[in-house]
Amino acid sequence: MSASTTVAADDSTKYEVAHLKLVPKRHIGRNVAAGIVILLMAALIRAFSVGQIEWSYVRDFLFAPVILQGLVNTLVMTVAAMAIGIVLGVVIAIMRISGNPVLSWIAIGYLWIFRGAPALLQLMLWFNLALIFPTLGIPGLFEFRTVDIMTPFVAAMLGLGIQQGAYTSEVVRSGLLSVDSGQYEAARTIGMTQMKMLRRIVLPQAMRVMVPPVGNEVIGMVKLTSLASVIQFSEILHNAQVIYYANTRVLELLLVASFWYLVVVSVLSVIQQRIERYYGRGSKSIRASM
Amino acid sequence: MTKDILVKAIDVTKSFDAFKALDKVSLEVRRGEVACIVGPSGSGKSTFLRCINLLERMDEGAIWVNDELMGYRREGDNLHELADKEISRQRRRIGMVFQRFNLFPHLTAVENVMEGPIQVLGQPAAKAREDALALLARVGLSEKANHYPSELSGGQQQRVAIARAMGMQPDLILFDEPTSALDPELVSEVLDVMKDLAASGMTMIVVTHEMGFARNVANTVTFMEAGKVVETGPASEVLSAPKSARTAEFIRAVHN
Repeated sequence: MSASTTVAADDSTKYEVAHLKLVPKRHIGRNVAAGIVILLMAALIRAFSVGQIEWSYVRDFLFAPVILQGLVNTLVMTVAAMAIGIVLGVVIAIMRISGNPVLSWIAIGYLWIFRGAPALLQLMLWFNLALIFPTLGIPGLFEFRTVDIMTPFVAAMLGLGIQQGAYTSEVVRSGLLSVDSGQYEAARTIGMTQMKMLRRIVLPQAMRVMVPPVGNEVIGMVKLTSLASVIQFSEILHNAQVIYYANTRVLELLLVASFWYLVVVSVLSVIQQRIERYYGRGSKSIRASM
Repeated sequence: MTKDILVKAIDVTKSFDAFKALDKVSLEVRRGEVACIVGPSGSGKSTFLRCINLLERMDEGAIWVNDELMGYRREGDNLHELADKEISRQRRRIGMVFQRFNLFPHLTAVENVMEGPIQVLGQPAAKAREDALALLARVGLSEKANHYPSELSGGQQQRVAIARAMGMQPDLILFDEPTSALDPELVSEVLDVMKDLAASGMTMIVVTHEMGFARNVANTVTFMEAGKVVETGPASEVLSAPKSARTAEFIRAVHN
């Protein structure tokens, strides 16, 4: 009898939970790891501050006209090469999935060649085109000396743009394949032609899948343009090199160039987010995270 | 061909590799009629529907819609395949409602309905929007006009899809199991819209398992099995007094 009353009393307090306090779990391992990493970072920062870097050179050349001109050239080259890359990428992807076996095989061959050879090698091929084709043009109509046309800018733009087209075509193709076959059928049943269906229904939906990797490729292209320094195109890295050949401040000028690359890439990342949001309209998962 | 026959299919045959999906299917649908096609899955009902609007290419046979041979131009005894543009023109007059709705997810409800009239018929945007809003009102979705498909229930999406088909002012609307992907409580709202459409005189070919709809709304019912038409006739006859034992068996099975 008395036993049963104590059980009853225990039970009544056991289920009273309003006054209980939550004690968070202690993350000892996590705190130790964070501490070690902070110490290492501090050591690294100290190393840079006491290292033989003349920070005044970094400061002086950060906004030097030659560097800024190089930055502009880098941006122009990125836009030009990417424009070629995207146009070619869309065309090649559509050729690849078209029912026409000739077009499809040409697309596969294009991908094989221009994705297979290193970008630097392709730049040098275009730049040295005059060695095998001294003149370009249509015989009888017009002709130019190849060396006059294949300036460093043109060679870099073609080399980077054409190899980019191969990569972009795969991004576009995966985007096109991501669109449900029911969308193609619905577009056909309201009487759309192939081109209108691609433009109005398929590509806008494929964009949602394509924007993150294409954004990635644009950022990759900003850095890839530095290869053009090898064929004397005066983009930012080339101009930094020209300066340090004269003043021997190699690391300082490389830091200047790194700074500008980081600025450009940061801005592009923000733009990419905006674009993703635009093409994500109508999609629940994207809106939920906004 | 008499004037009031809108769809005439003769000996439509279609194989997928070794599988014969359609075996000499013939069917006539009169203007303003509702024709239901019923039958077990895999019987070729959907494939036949998709041959009518050229989503599938038939191997043999021919289909006329509105006295126009679908997909081909006849010159003497030769049938020349039509160009992409011509096929698109023929499809304009034939609406289609899919089992999985297939609304355009990047467009709002009203934009889904406007897309065809603007892009294909070349209507001005203001008129297309006005018409589209009227159609959405007709299917009871005025307040959802600016919602994206992902924000609508299955039944609502299917009603938008019906409005999209109607927006093209078609001669004929094909329904491919329009309620099969819906939760049971959403079926009736879609069937009600279809009944309303039938009452307004729209010619409809409906592939469905909804025997109640077939009984109450359809003028004719066609029973298909294994790619063949087993029985076709007035709805009351086929459903209540089927001539074929297979039809009777199927109707009994669906009812239980």
